[in-house]
Amino acid sequence: MLAYILRRLGYGLVILIGVNLITFLLFFTVNTPDDMARLNIGGKRVTPDQIEKWKVERGYDKPMLFNEQAQGAEKLTQTVFWERSVSLFVFDFGRADNASGGDIGHQIAQRMGVSLRLTVPIFVMGLLASVIFSLWLVMFRGTRVDFWGVVACVVMMSISSLFYIIVGQYVFSRVAKLAPISGYAGGLDAVRFLILPVCLMLVASLAGQARFFRTLFLEEAGKDYVRTARAKGLTESTVMGRHVLRNAMLPIITSSGSALPGLFMGGLLTESFFGIPGLGSYTIDAIASQDFAIVRAMVFLGSVLYIVSNILIDVAYTVADPRVRMQ
Amino acid sequence: MDLPFKFVMLWTDVVLWVMLLGLGLYVRQVRRDAALRATWRRVFVTPSAMASAVLLGLMLLITLVDSVHFRRALPDVAGGAQAFDTRTESVLDLGLSKLISSRENSYSQPLATHGFSKQAVPPSPGVKPMLDEHGVPVLPARAYPRLSHGGAGLEDPERDWAGDIAVRFVFGGMAGVVVSFLLWTLMCRRAKPSLAGVLQPVAWRSAWITASVLALLIGWGVTLSWGQGYHVFGTDRTGNDVLYMTIKSIRTAFVIGSLATIATLPFALAFGIAAGYFKGWVDDVIQYVYTVLSSVPNILLIAACVLMVQVFLDKHPELFETGLERADLKIFLLCLILGLTGWAGLCRLLRAETLKLRELEYVQAATAFGVSHWRIMLRHILPNVMHLVLITTVLEFSGLILYEAVLSYVGVGVDPSMNSFGGMINQARVEMSRDPIVWWSFLAAFVFMVAIVLSANLFADAVRDAFDPRARVYRPRARAVAQPT
Repeated sequence: MLAYILRRLGYGLVILIGVNLITFLLFFTVNTPDDMARLNIGGKRVTPDQIEKWKVERGYDKPMLFNEQAQGAEKLTQTVFWERSVSLFVFDFGRADNASGGDIGHQIAQRMGVSLRLTVPIFVMGLLASVIFSLWLVMFRGTRVDFWGVVACVVMMSISSLFYIIVGQYVFSRVAKLAPISGYAGGLDAVRFLILPVCLMLVASLAGQARFFRTLFLEEAGKDYVRTARAKGLTESTVMGRHVLRNAMLPIITSSGSALPGLFMGGLLTESFFGIPGLGSYTIDAIASQDFAIVRAMVFLGSVLYIVSNILIDVAYTVADPRVRMQ
Repeated sequence: MDLPFKFVMLWTDVVLWVMLLGLGLYVRQVRRDAALRATWRRVFVTPSAMASAVLLGLMLLITLVDSVHFRRALPDVAGGAQAFDTRTESVLDLGLSKLISSRENSYSQPLATHGFSKQAVPPSPGVKPMLDEHGVPVLPARAYPRLSHGGAGLEDPERDWAGDIAVRFVFGGMAGVVVSFLLWTLMCRRAKPSLAGVLQPVAWRSAWITASVLALLIGWGVTLSWGQGYHVFGTDRTGNDVLYMTIKSIRTAFVIGSLATIATLPFALAFGIAAGYFKGWVDDVIQYVYTVLSSVPNILLIAACVLMVQVFLDKHPELFETGLERADLKIFLLCLILGLTGWAGLCRLLRAETLKLRELEYVQAATAFGVSHWRIMLRHILPNVMHLVLITTVLEFSGLILYEAVLSYVGVGVDPSMNSFGGMINQARVEMSRDPIVWWSFLAAFVFMVAIVLSANLFADAVRDAFDPRARVYRPRARAVAQPT
């Protein structure tokens, strides 16, 4: 098992190199450091001196891939590619391109905690709610309850999450004044600010997930061992909870495991709508201000999380289903 | 030849019309092939799918009418070359010219005759400004300004408004009922009673009901805004008719939904089938590429590409002549980006299916006969994975329309000058925090978007049920339970 995980990690490293190449090509071939300098200094008149100064300050004045002037190994390390891409592998994200030039690694560490406080409750409660709701639908399969439940799911799936957020914010914050409209505070106060976004995202994500789980459970519920379980005289809830749920676990693990990177990356929409200073709003601000250093760092972080969560999914498989062996 | 206008072929226009051609060819194919026909019949016996098809058909029609663009010729300047208007219009704009021209100053509620917020009333010319006891001019009174177009025909809006609305409402309703009746007679002629006993009848009734409801709504929409009518959905901050913006957004949604899915197909098909068929190092390389692609957070990858496109467009102003052409090129490139970043899922699916298919007897037989790899993939494997492609394409459509709204919110969506649901929702975010709130453009975007996405979802479900043999197993046998034996 350890050997398997190590091999997967090795492959992950190869993937990360590919990701790095893609982002480097995307960001530096089309948009030269000169363009970035011009954008970040701003204003109509930007002198070449200013650009040069900005580039030297940020370390963008070095050659892209290969430094002819340097000695020995520095031929490779004294380049933009090395400093801006390879250093990511030791989680050294460097400084932001914007005027403040803040340390990205520090920012990420600070904001990730905030993001997790928002996304983990959504993830856990959302998973529980959709599993319970879909099991309940499957218990009533073929009846009106099931039919109208599915209709409700399809309708709710067809509504953009933006609508849920905007309407929810209006109804609960502005009209009913149950929660603050936006903002964030540390400590226990955070609950007050987080409760509305968490509830809204729960509602927004419930329908699609529940409908997917329902098809999984229905497939299992039609199998022979379920009939045997019923024939033994087990109650319907035992059949559903112990037999059907356990056997439909693998696809559920896959689908919820692939949501793991999202937990760390934060809710893009919720965070910016509710003014929560997590990684999601950090990313959106970076995109809006075209701060490529931050976007690159987030791309890298996202890929690392994706690879790690894929390995976690595989490990979870063996726990959920003893028939699965890793090799 | 001196036409009073010149046609402008936008990138998305070309693709949309080519897609329509492809759709036509596919329909011909379906009509010829008995098995395909039977499968599609299964889609159309589902009442919800039939109703959705009618709605989607109407939206497609609007999209196509909105996809013929032209520029008007400007009056000749002596000796100069023929010049054209800087505005590119579509045929749909001709039909909706009344909505475009009836611009107000600012917000107004649906069906309103007066503006939404108070304005200072300018003193009438010739009247001296009033002075108070200190000799300072009194501030002009503030009142709700009369709209220049909304209900312009009314002499006394207070008195005549309700009556006028009622009359228009009745006429619109009558028009709707007449159209509905005509459709009913048409349907009665069309339905062949002889077949009814043999095959499950196509759900004509649900199609008729949907068409009637739509006819009624269109009837009201037309009569209420006809002549010196009203703004059915009100106006936005700069006084544009919201109904017009919503109708124009339909094309954007359709372009994103269809073009972006089509753009994934070449990569997904070529790489998926090649990986599954050749296995070995080809498979390894392709798997590596799509794992790399899917490990990058999707929205960031799209954002990065769109920012690059922005830079590209700013550097190449020679590629477009008018603002609309620029916006169109941008949405075209956005669709390509969505295609380039979104093919991994389908590719994985096709690879797995091809791995299964290549071991089947008929492929083995073809190999034994010495048929070339290329021919085997084209003739034996491709047709047998087409149902997966179809299902995925239809399923993706609604998801992409929803995604467009999110992308526009993040700021990497369609051009802000282009009408889109995402743009409207974005705008609505500010409007909903005003006091009193401006709710109508939000509601209009909501209703249209839900209608399109919901019907796309329902239609996709029916297509999946019909084409995916696995999906049918999941279906509870509701009929069998309901019928007493």
